[in-house]
Amino acid sequence: MSDAPALAGGLVCPVPLGSGGHVLLGHGSGGKLSAALLRERFLPRFGNPALAALGDAAVLENPGGRLVVSTDTFVVSPLEFPGGNIGTLAVHGTLNDLAMMGATPFALAAGFVLEEGLPFDLLDRVLDSMAAAARATGVPIVTGDTKVVERGKADGMFVNTTGLGVQHDDFRPAPDQARPGDAVIVSGPIGRHGMAVMAVREGLRFETTITSDTACLVPLTDALRAACGGGVRVLRDPTRGGVASVLNEIAQTSGVGIVLDEGALPVPDAVAAACAVLGLDPLYVANEGILVAVVAPEHADAALHTLRRHPLGSEAARIGTVAGGPRGLVQMRTAIGGRRIVDQLPGDQLPRIC
Amino acid sequence: MKYLAEYRDPALARALIARIKTTATRRWVLMEVCGGQTHTIVRQGIDELIGDQVEMIHGPGCPVCVTPLEQIDRALAVAARPEVIFTSFGDMLRVPGSHTDLLQVRARGGDVRVVYSPLDAVDLARRHPEREVVFFAVGFETTAPANAMAVWRAHQLGLTNFSVLVSHVTVPPAMTAILDSPDNRVQGFLAAGHVCTVMGWTEYEPLAVRYRVPIVVTGFEPVDILEGIAMAVAQLEAGRHEVENQYVRAVRREGNRPAQALIAQVFEIVDRQWRGVGTIPASGLGLRPAFAAFDAVARFGLGDVRAVEPAACRAGDVLVGRLKPHECPAFGRECTPEHPLGAPMVSSEGACAAYHNYGRTRLPAAHPA
Repeated sequence: MSDAPALAGGLVCPVPLGSGGHVLLGHGSGGKLSAALLRERFLPRFGNPALAALGDAAVLENPGGRLVVSTDTFVVSPLEFPGGNIGTLAVHGTLNDLAMMGATPFALAAGFVLEEGLPFDLLDRVLDSMAAAARATGVPIVTGDTKVVERGKADGMFVNTTGLGVQHDDFRPAPDQARPGDAVIVSGPIGRHGMAVMAVREGLRFETTITSDTACLVPLTDALRAACGGGVRVLRDPTRGGVASVLNEIAQTSGVGIVLDEGALPVPDAVAAACAVLGLDPLYVANEGILVAVVAPEHADAALHTLRRHPLGSEAARIGTVAGGPRGLVQMRTAIGGRRIVDQLPGDQLPRIC
Repeated sequence: MKYLAEYRDPALARALIARIKTTATRRWVLMEVCGGQTHTIVRQGIDELIGDQVEMIHGPGCPVCVTPLEQIDRALAVAARPEVIFTSFGDMLRVPGSHTDLLQVRARGGDVRVVYSPLDAVDLARRHPEREVVFFAVGFETTAPANAMAVWRAHQLGLTNFSVLVSHVTVPPAMTAILDSPDNRVQGFLAAGHVCTVMGWTEYEPLAVRYRVPIVVTGFEPVDILEGIAMAVAQLEAGRHEVENQYVRAVRREGNRPAQALIAQVFEIVDRQWRGVGTIPASGLGLRPAFAAFDAVARFGLGDVRAVEPAACRAGDVLVGRLKPHECPAFGRECTPEHPLGAPMVSSEGACAAYHNYGRTRLPAAHPA
């Protein structure tokens, strides 16, 4: 980590950093407090050879092939929610962005902006989650950075992660590759992450607790690559803006139409109920653990079976078909046989009055 | 899921569509009063499915849409004050005032917060005695009990830093105004189910008799709407004009008596201006003198705020059913959800937004069934 040189002399932290403490401005000073923060909280959790070298940057072997790089910044409030926290999101989100390009991730970098007063207990839980998420996928966090800002200047903590991956010749999905006749598949139930966060943020309680779907999608894309290879034309993870926004982008970029079947959309009962209460449409609600795949017609069944064999994809469903036109337009056959357009939203969905 | 899935059941919906088509011997014109119903109709494509037999005119029952421009301007003025925490239901945030909207006020430093219940605003006032907390009390009879409860609670707590900007409206006077209009085409109504949950339907009985129109209290899911339409069409075909209740799982004839009592205790009936429509006598609720201390207009001296509605916006014609949203010359051109000229293009319940977002005008021609 770039704050690391302060550790070089094997300095001993004068202030014990036991549990129950808080992040102080001094933890971002580059001095002894910074070094102790790193040594006591970050390094033990993320330990790996590249990080342990403690240089200003990590040095990695080139695994060969085309390199794929993605970066994402995470600013969720609350920092913890049923099913995960900002740390799990930060690892899964960037790994998933690489996976959607057909890449196999091999390294992560992480940057932290910590707000003065952030409880160490909370920071530890986030770091534990990040370490566990990275370990589960076998992708090390090889370098990083921490900064501390004054109280009130960050919402507890912000996390940026950057991921590196390698793309393979036999598997290069891209947003402009959808063709008329292709199948549109989602790998699991929609709307869970957004509604889980909103329920906590707004203090809404429902009979069933909605948990975030946050998950690393690399196992699913690995399985799709093995089963369908180039038959997978487009992969997207429908995070902000939800499934509807991603499909609109695919329709526009590929110059095709998309027709959805409302009856086929996998919307969990609890998500449907929460959305009904708040006047929101689950198609626009964020997800963090599902993918949208556009698959050549002859591979559609194989893709669906492959996804369903994996625990993350057990509720995969074919939700629609790519059409020749109208270009850039996503239409839906409603459950009762009507039709409508599924447009992009001008901004966030706003809860309605009554 | 109980009370949701069965009202979205495709087989039931198809059976009701078939019933409407076989019952109607001519084309009837119905108005759904509530914006929530409008959204279900356009979102599910119900109007297209029954269009040959029944024309649906989209009524004025969107609280965001009918809140007058000068009341929005008052909200914007008070929300920008440094001592104020301005609280509102979410869908008021993007409604354009004369010059700006609440999201812009927030971006420039105004403390504007979305609440799900007006009691949350009272709680904010209790926890922030050093700030002035203002709640934007808009809506029909549906939101009136909760808003009345907030004022009552603040009164009980002796709060001196809580006030409400009231813009409440009531449904029956608006229906009367539509029926009295010389160019009225509405032959029957789907009454707003949630308004009737509070008020019951006794107020509608004299209307049905006097104007000889069927009125069916109707819910909000696709099967509710289709059943309400089928009931109204059956009445029209039989020459009946009664108040019937489709929304039996939520509405009783007498409504919710304790809620009505609370409304009557805090609010009194006043003349109210409706955006794009003008002033309708005895069509709104205002604070009773006993609760005048909670009136934000008086507290912040907002009485002088006056506004002129943009001429290009034909919201008034849309809200009383004289114009379909896409027939407005500004629709989709000067007026879009990103840059709305009027509230019906903003609110999730607005007819213009429904037409725009669900792309009614951009759908390719339907194939004959």
